[in-house]
Amino acid sequence: MTTASASVSWRRYFWWNTDHKVIGVQYIVTSFFFFILGGALAGLVRAELASPATDLLDGATYNQVMTNHGTLMIFLWVLPVLAGFGNYLIPLMIGARDMVFPRLNALSYWMIPPAGMLMIASFFAGGAEAGWTAYVPLSIGGPPGQTLWALSVMLLGISAIFGAINFLATVIMMRAPGLSIWRLPLFVWGMIATSTLILTATPVLTSGLIMVALDRVVGTHFFTVTSGGDPVLWQNLFWFYSHPAVYIMILPAMGIISEIFPVFARKPIFGYRMIAMSSMAIAILGLTVWAHHMFTSGMDPRLRVPYMVSSMVIAVPTGIKIFSWLATIWNGKLRLTTPMLFALGFISMFLIGGLTGIFLAAIPVDLHVHDTYFVVAHLHFVLFGGSVSAVYAGLYYWFPKITGRMYDEKIGRTHFALNFIGTNLAYLPMFIAGLMGMPRRVAAYDASFTSYNQWATLGALILAASTLPFLYNAVLSWARGPKAAANPWQALTLEWQTSSPPPPENFPEIPTATGDPYDYGEPSPAAEPAAAPAAG
Amino acid sequence: MSHQAMQHAEDFRAGHALGLDHRKLGMWLFIASEVMFFGGLISAYLHYKYTLGFPETTDLNVVLVGINTMVLLTSSYTVVSALTAIRQGRQGRFAALLLLTILLGVAFLTGQLYEFADLYRQGVTLTSGVFGSSFFTLTGFHGLHVAVGVLWAIVTLFRGLRGTLNAEHNMAVEIFGLYWHFVDIVWIVLFTQIYLIV
Repeated sequence: MTTASASVSWRRYFWWNTDHKVIGVQYIVTSFFFFILGGALAGLVRAELASPATDLLDGATYNQVMTNHGTLMIFLWVLPVLAGFGNYLIPLMIGARDMVFPRLNALSYWMIPPAGMLMIASFFAGGAEAGWTAYVPLSIGGPPGQTLWALSVMLLGISAIFGAINFLATVIMMRAPGLSIWRLPLFVWGMIATSTLILTATPVLTSGLIMVALDRVVGTHFFTVTSGGDPVLWQNLFWFYSHPAVYIMILPAMGIISEIFPVFARKPIFGYRMIAMSSMAIAILGLTVWAHHMFTSGMDPRLRVPYMVSSMVIAVPTGIKIFSWLATIWNGKLRLTTPMLFALGFISMFLIGGLTGIFLAAIPVDLHVHDTYFVVAHLHFVLFGGSVSAVYAGLYYWFPKITGRMYDEKIGRTHFALNFIGTNLAYLPMFIAGLMGMPRRVAAYDASFTSYNQWATLGALILAASTLPFLYNAVLSWARGPKAAANPWQALTLEWQTSSPPPPENFPEIPTATGDPYDYGEPSPAAEPAAAPAAG
Repeated sequence: MSHQAMQHAEDFRAGHALGLDHRKLGMWLFIASEVMFFGGLISAYLHYKYTLGFPETTDLNVVLVGINTMVLLTSSYTVVSALTAIRQGRQGRFAALLLLTILLGVAFLTGQLYEFADLYRQGVTLTSGVFGSSFFTLTGFHGLHVAVGVLWAIVTLFRGLRGTLNAEHNMAVEIFGLYWHFVDIVWIVLFTQIYLIV
């Protein structure tokens, strides 16, 4: 397992490399590029919706922009950026030299740029315009770009599956001595839960995409209604993956938050085992709720109630997490650094997203707001207010570890303020517009919704502006920021017990875990780290 | 122990404590994802089978496919025997049994192609209707997995002939065996659902 690259030059990030830290950075930077691209498409959507008439984009172009915005953000931003954190952090957090399959790891990453290029190319082949849900029959008709779209999503799915195999096997096989499963950092628990979901749910989407692609290219009849094909079958296959995908995108984010709160509150995490087990509970329950997306699709009404109940039950493990975080920061000595601010923003905005999710799981409410902007607002509070806030929190928190330099705190706080205001301004009005009946996925709307849409567009503008201080901060601090200490936050998890940035193979010697990862303030703050170098 | 072996033991200490080999664990996890992949295709087939009735299934050649099923089941036995042989260091017997596995795999594929050609002559094709689409896609993807397995077996055979696989180092054979048995088990499900329960 020699994964060390002798050269530490920046060029290694642009070539095949099996060091998990290089791969982690490759994932994060590549997906950030797609985040910007997806954001630009969102900007087009918001510009079009600034006024009720279709004045900027025609209907078909609008559908292409909206489809690719959703797909890029989910499959090429949130999923891979979290995999990037997993790659960078898991071996460090469990005291390992690298991932268990370093070459497979590099392969997982290198499937992403071609998949992204396929997605971009689809735009020029007559773009996919069936929405990210690709409902049939929309997705089996339409321009050829839809085929490239399907291939791209398939490729990204395979990359995610290989990644999940690697994460699970690494955590099972390569934990340092003393690091029992009840001493694993909660981010690692989040990645275990997410990887389990990726492994079980993603292949089902792949099978569905194969059917769509065969219908399009070969002329099979999986979804041809006139031959007996059933469009609801696609919805089942799609949501069997895509509802768990929401948990795939939030569980590692929750893990990041669980790392940050104890460090900046200087208190042990509250309910460690409950947080860890609630991740697993969400993963398992998450596989049983998919048909709540199909309450209006003509499913058997008797089936609706079980899906409503199972969906609502997920609020229990989620609530356990939120209350555990609140109890963690309760009476703590809070340090309001940028990562902590983003983590606090995460709780408040994710809560709005989560609670409106319970509304949507209730059959009567869902029948009323199905396919309205209420759904759009809900999912953006979960994925942007939730996952993206956590990603930013994580990027600031581990910035000194990854780059060996400190970011600028003042610019970081500006970024947080803009991001927080922009998110709420962009998505809160959508709840109202949705409740009043504004349908989603339309380029034109009734003039009575104008003010809500203009607030949302203003919020989107602020969000776009908020990425500028982040990029400025990241690039400048990486190049010229003050050198960071090995453990600037006085954190106890293993990744902070090696130099910043960590050397190839991470630790001079495999460490030995001697305590819990969150023993802050007991008996005196940060008395001893969770690990001591192994003897001999 | 060599330095490399010591480092290996240190790196995978947690897994060894559980009695696991990392390559085998990786294979099991991959198989888990494959179960879900075939699960999707099988669900589609069953959904249509029970909503549309699939009268076409009565035309299927159960005798031919039954013989084919026996061929594939036998190949699972030859793989197990090949693994036993290499563990005992009997290289010749190992090579012969793996060669037999390859031949049985090729025989299965030949039988499947013959069946497909026969159905095409009767007008049942990928594009003739929902039955053709779901039947050929499901059994075709299984056949593709058998084909990959045959190629994998050929590579494993050559590694055995070159002596890189022997009584001490034979994990590659076991891992190939896991895959081959998995493909075999999938076929048992398909044979039952498509050909036996009509």
